[in-house]
Amino acid sequence: MSVDLNTVKRVAHLARIKVSDEQAEKMTGELNAILGFVEQLDEVNIDGVEPLTSVVEQTMKKRVDGQTDGGYAEKIVSNAPATEDNFFMVPKVVE
Amino acid sequence: MTKLTDLTIAEARDKLAAREFTATELTESYLSAIESGNEALNAYITVTSDIARAQAKVSDEKIAAGEARPLEGIPLGIKDLYATKGVHTQACSHILDGFKPEYESTVTQNLFDDGAVMLGKLNMDEFAMGSSNETSFYGNVVNPWRRNGSDTALVPGGSSGGSAAAVAGKMCAAATASDTGGSIRQPAALTGTVGIKPTYGRCSRWGMVAFASSLDQAGPIGRTVRDNAILLQSMASVDAKDTTSVDAPVPDYESFVGKSIKGMKIGIPKEYRVDGMPAVIDQLWQQGIDWLKDAGAEIVEISLPHTKYALPAYYIVAPAEASSNLARYDGVRYGLRVPGNDIVEMYENTRAAGFGDEVKRRVMIGTYVLSAGYYDAYYLKAQKVRTLIKRDFDLAWENGVDAILTPTTPDAAFAPGEITDPVTMYLNDIFTVTANMAGIPGISIPAGLNKDGLPLGLQLLGKPFDEGTLFQVGEVIEQAAGRFNAADWWSK
Repeated sequence: MSVDLNTVKRVAHLARIKVSDEQAEKMTGELNAILGFVEQLDEVNIDGVEPLTSVVEQTMKKRVDGQTDGGYAEKIVSNAPATEDNFFMVPKVVE
Repeated sequence: MTKLTDLTIAEARDKLAAREFTATELTESYLSAIESGNEALNAYITVTSDIARAQAKVSDEKIAAGEARPLEGIPLGIKDLYATKGVHTQACSHILDGFKPEYESTVTQNLFDDGAVMLGKLNMDEFAMGSSNETSFYGNVVNPWRRNGSDTALVPGGSSGGSAAAVAGKMCAAATASDTGGSIRQPAALTGTVGIKPTYGRCSRWGMVAFASSLDQAGPIGRTVRDNAILLQSMASVDAKDTTSVDAPVPDYESFVGKSIKGMKIGIPKEYRVDGMPAVIDQLWQQGIDWLKDAGAEIVEISLPHTKYALPAYYIVAPAEASSNLARYDGVRYGLRVPGNDIVEMYENTRAAGFGDEVKRRVMIGTYVLSAGYYDAYYLKAQKVRTLIKRDFDLAWENGVDAILTPTTPDAAFAPGEITDPVTMYLNDIFTVTANMAGIPGISIPAGLNKDGLPLGLQLLGKPFDEGTLFQVGEVIEQAAGRFNAADWWSK
């Protein structure tokens, strides 16, 4: 499989990365080279093989169903580019 | 007289205990070495002299009181991927501009609890994506090693290029690193240092900037096998904050160093002999086989038939996980924000300006392979191939193999700009990536020099949670090969 320019632009939008036409053009070639490389996997017989979900066999640990952490909103927002009253500030999203 | 910065951790530890010098003197030696050498190597992006001096002072008090902890007063460099409270933590990306965490990663906390001193944060490929340390927002790291009679700069490997160069350049006693596809072992091989990627789950990933969560693992880069054992002892732990960290006792790793390997079965996988591999790699591999045979090990040829599919499967799994992990960098909660007319444009502008080309490429690949209609053809298939790769190793262990010997890299260090094609760059990890895909531990040990005088490494792969055997066998290689030091040209 390979990607064309429009697919690259669509994927860039899905990934929320702004690309110029020129960049998209360059990326198309690079992405196709990588996709061509991974095409080798088509040679492998995977009939009846289960996908690997964990390299280590262990039962998923669960924490107690309750508040185990928190109470420091000012620390959570301390690295944000824009905050007000411990809220993250973003451009208007609802008209 | 030996310089303090030439000492291994084991040597420094013993001499500190014997009061031959103080932790403060040791730390000051390293701070001077960084001061005079970092301009040339660019291994450190931030030097934390105040923290280092304060920690060394505490270490001297502890030693005086007879309460020395396992790493008391040992000066370490910390890869920029580890969250360090109040200190630059950006995984060398522009998008995390100005980020200073309010918390400490579990691994660094473990090291500090054991008395280690932090000299500063180390350069790396952006978000650990690279094999040459050329993708860092903070510029290339320069390898302390050069070709004989040449002053051409060479790459230190990646992504832990700053860690490897700082260790080889005697600007820290050892360093933390991380390995998703070879990012500890490949730079260790290219700089004549020792590095181990432990079993997945051996160290907590909490507070490490995530790249590919099912593959990422913390580990050390140091001067010797013994130093790696000492460091991993402190780094490894089960952690409630990382549910994938494994609740298994941490063995006394150092006790494995120096133990006989007589009767051990070492597997030699024929699939690691690839076309176009320089003859010197093959010779070195044979040399390693002979060393282990001489030490009483039994050498057996084994087959790991899915080896060649590990790298293509990795380039689906790792970007897929990266695209989802890196979704958090949106200009809202931390780091860079580039304004736009609306929130979507703000996201797009921020990520366009904040991510470098290699990171963008991988996020795009990941987004594509996970997008509607392609999931089964790419991601699901790659995860199935991963099962087969792991099964290859399981079979070897079932047949009584104790460890597997391979080359670490297909060649020695190269010059920056020499490899521009992404897929060619990816091939650097061809021998290391299998361990990440299968979750098993792997160690790289310097084993010789090529005709240009550049170091090359041999890799040992082991059973899950059997790092001890890797230290045991690795020490045999180190003793036979000797240690390799680059001639100092970088200190002013």
